[in-house]
Amino acid sequence: MGLYIVRKVCLTVPLLMVISFLTFILNNLSPMDPAEVVLQAQGVPVITDELIAQTRAELGMDQPFLIRYFQWLMACLQLDFGDSYITGEPVWSLLGPAFLNTLKLTLVSIIVIIGLSIALGVICALKEGGLLDKSVRGVSFFLTAMPSYLLAGLMTWYFSVKLDLLPTSGMDSYRSYLLPVTVIAVSYVGIYFRIVRSSMLSNLNEDYVLYGRACGLPEKTITLHILRNSLQVAISVFGMAIPVLLGSTVVVESVFAWPGLGTLSVKSILSRDFPMIQAYVLILAVAFVLFNTFSDMMNAALNPKLRKDL
Amino acid sequence: MELLKKIMMDKLAAISLSIVAVTIVVGIFAPLFAPHDPYEVHMELRYASPSWEYLLGNDHLGRCVLSRLIYGIRPSVLWVLAALALSVGIGAILGFIAGYFRGKTDAILMRICDVMLSFPGYVMTLALIGVLGVGFENILLAFILSKWAWFARVIRTAVMQYAESEYVKYAKAIGVSNMKIMVKHIVPVSFSDIVVVASSSFGAMILQISGFSFLGLGIQAPHAEWGMMLNEAREVMFSRPELMLAPGLTIIIVVMALNFVSDALQVALDPKLMSSQNKSYRNATTSAGKLQGKEVA
Repeated sequence: MGLYIVRKVCLTVPLLMVISFLTFILNNLSPMDPAEVVLQAQGVPVITDELIAQTRAELGMDQPFLIRYFQWLMACLQLDFGDSYITGEPVWSLLGPAFLNTLKLTLVSIIVIIGLSIALGVICALKEGGLLDKSVRGVSFFLTAMPSYLLAGLMTWYFSVKLDLLPTSGMDSYRSYLLPVTVIAVSYVGIYFRIVRSSMLSNLNEDYVLYGRACGLPEKTITLHILRNSLQVAISVFGMAIPVLLGSTVVVESVFAWPGLGTLSVKSILSRDFPMIQAYVLILAVAFVLFNTFSDMMNAALNPKLRKDL
Repeated sequence: MELLKKIMMDKLAAISLSIVAVTIVVGIFAPLFAPHDPYEVHMELRYASPSWEYLLGNDHLGRCVLSRLIYGIRPSVLWVLAALALSVGIGAILGFIAGYFRGKTDAILMRICDVMLSFPGYVMTLALIGVLGVGFENILLAFILSKWAWFARVIRTAVMQYAESEYVKYAKAIGVSNMKIMVKHIVPVSFSDIVVVASSSFGAMILQISGFSFLGLGIQAPHAEWGMMLNEAREVMFSRPELMLAPGLTIIIVVMALNFVSDALQVALDPKLMSSQNKSYRNATTSAGKLQGKEVA
């Protein structure tokens, strides 16, 4: 297991380097000159060539490419992502709190998603073909076809406007979590419960279940055995779900004006605030890789077979 | 034709397939089907309820909602289909090369895929829109650039399993050229895998792209697009919630139909699943679930 972890980490470091490099050149791919963007954002009326050259020097753009990359990388490692082109504040002072808010939303959602998917998956698998199984699957089919922003809109209209029970937007108390978490959970439970259900079903036909029954084990014990075996698939999927969720709360966040990364990134894109976009992409990609590596390790800890293939 | 017959045996799939077909035809010939000009503003008809003249009513500028829905098929469905076809095409070519030749090419291509896939899908799209600027073409481009790696990965796995088969080895042994083996012996058998992978992500892609338009990052006014129509409806959600109904239901129906067709295709294309009718349905839905689960990633 120790060797596995070491090898896994050794693979992750170069990947992180490549990601940071790609994120860095992203900025340079833009059709607009960053110096020009800064000047426009600061509302400079007449942009002359000298002014552009001066700003380029201020931003350190006149240095060779690789040197700029390493300077930028070193700064990033110290959480210094530069200043926002628009407000002039350090990027991290805006991104940091937003990242925490998104993380909170994601963690609450993932707990709800895991709980609901396992519960629904197990019940539907045990009562396969029953009324509950059929109706849950039917509803999930309908809900996975529903755009999350439509569901969000309908729910705010009903619960916040018509019944006036919940806040429409913002993040003030635990009640602000209810609507966004429900919307996020609904779109993912439909997918994940089917995975739990199908892995339960495939385990139901295994020999050990038949053997357990033949030995006269109580149904409850057998169910527990099946559950333990079928959760292996579920754990790897759920491990993947955290990073996926982190990056895909954009739509829900902006509908509910959640002060998180999604809202911030859309705002930065609309105002072409490159340092913000760059930092956003870098942070999420790194989080994605780290969570993935972590979930791989967890899987390997649970299933020794997986430790071999790397 | 055989395939069509098989799909038509399942009633639900038959209905879904006709919904999809009608949507595509209506979208292509939008000017023929739309009762009004989708951009024509009638300020005196603002928020008018449905009438014989305007079957689905009018929006905040008095434009015909039905005509806008019909014109909206073009960006919401047809362009998404084009983007999907392109990224599957790129993925298929690279997947074939990697899966058939193996070795160094395979290793390099797969490492590139690893890097591409280590950016979460949404973030990749947002990053590319951030660089290229807001606009519908840029969203499509961002989707093509961020999705091909996933398709390449899946198609490579499919191709690999055929490339190892006895008849391909035999063909190689008697000196058939690589190109000919691929075209004659591998493309036909792996085609069904490609179709299944592509169709299973079509619905999700429509939802995601309309989501970006909903956020205002995609298509710009006055063009009609379903996500944007919902965004316009959301602004008057408190006074006129019924405006969300038409575009919302349209998206749901089309995406549901696509998902059903994709499941039916999977069953129809895989003879193994056809053997016992009852079991096949379960397998099809579960594997579709798995595909979608991965696709989200």
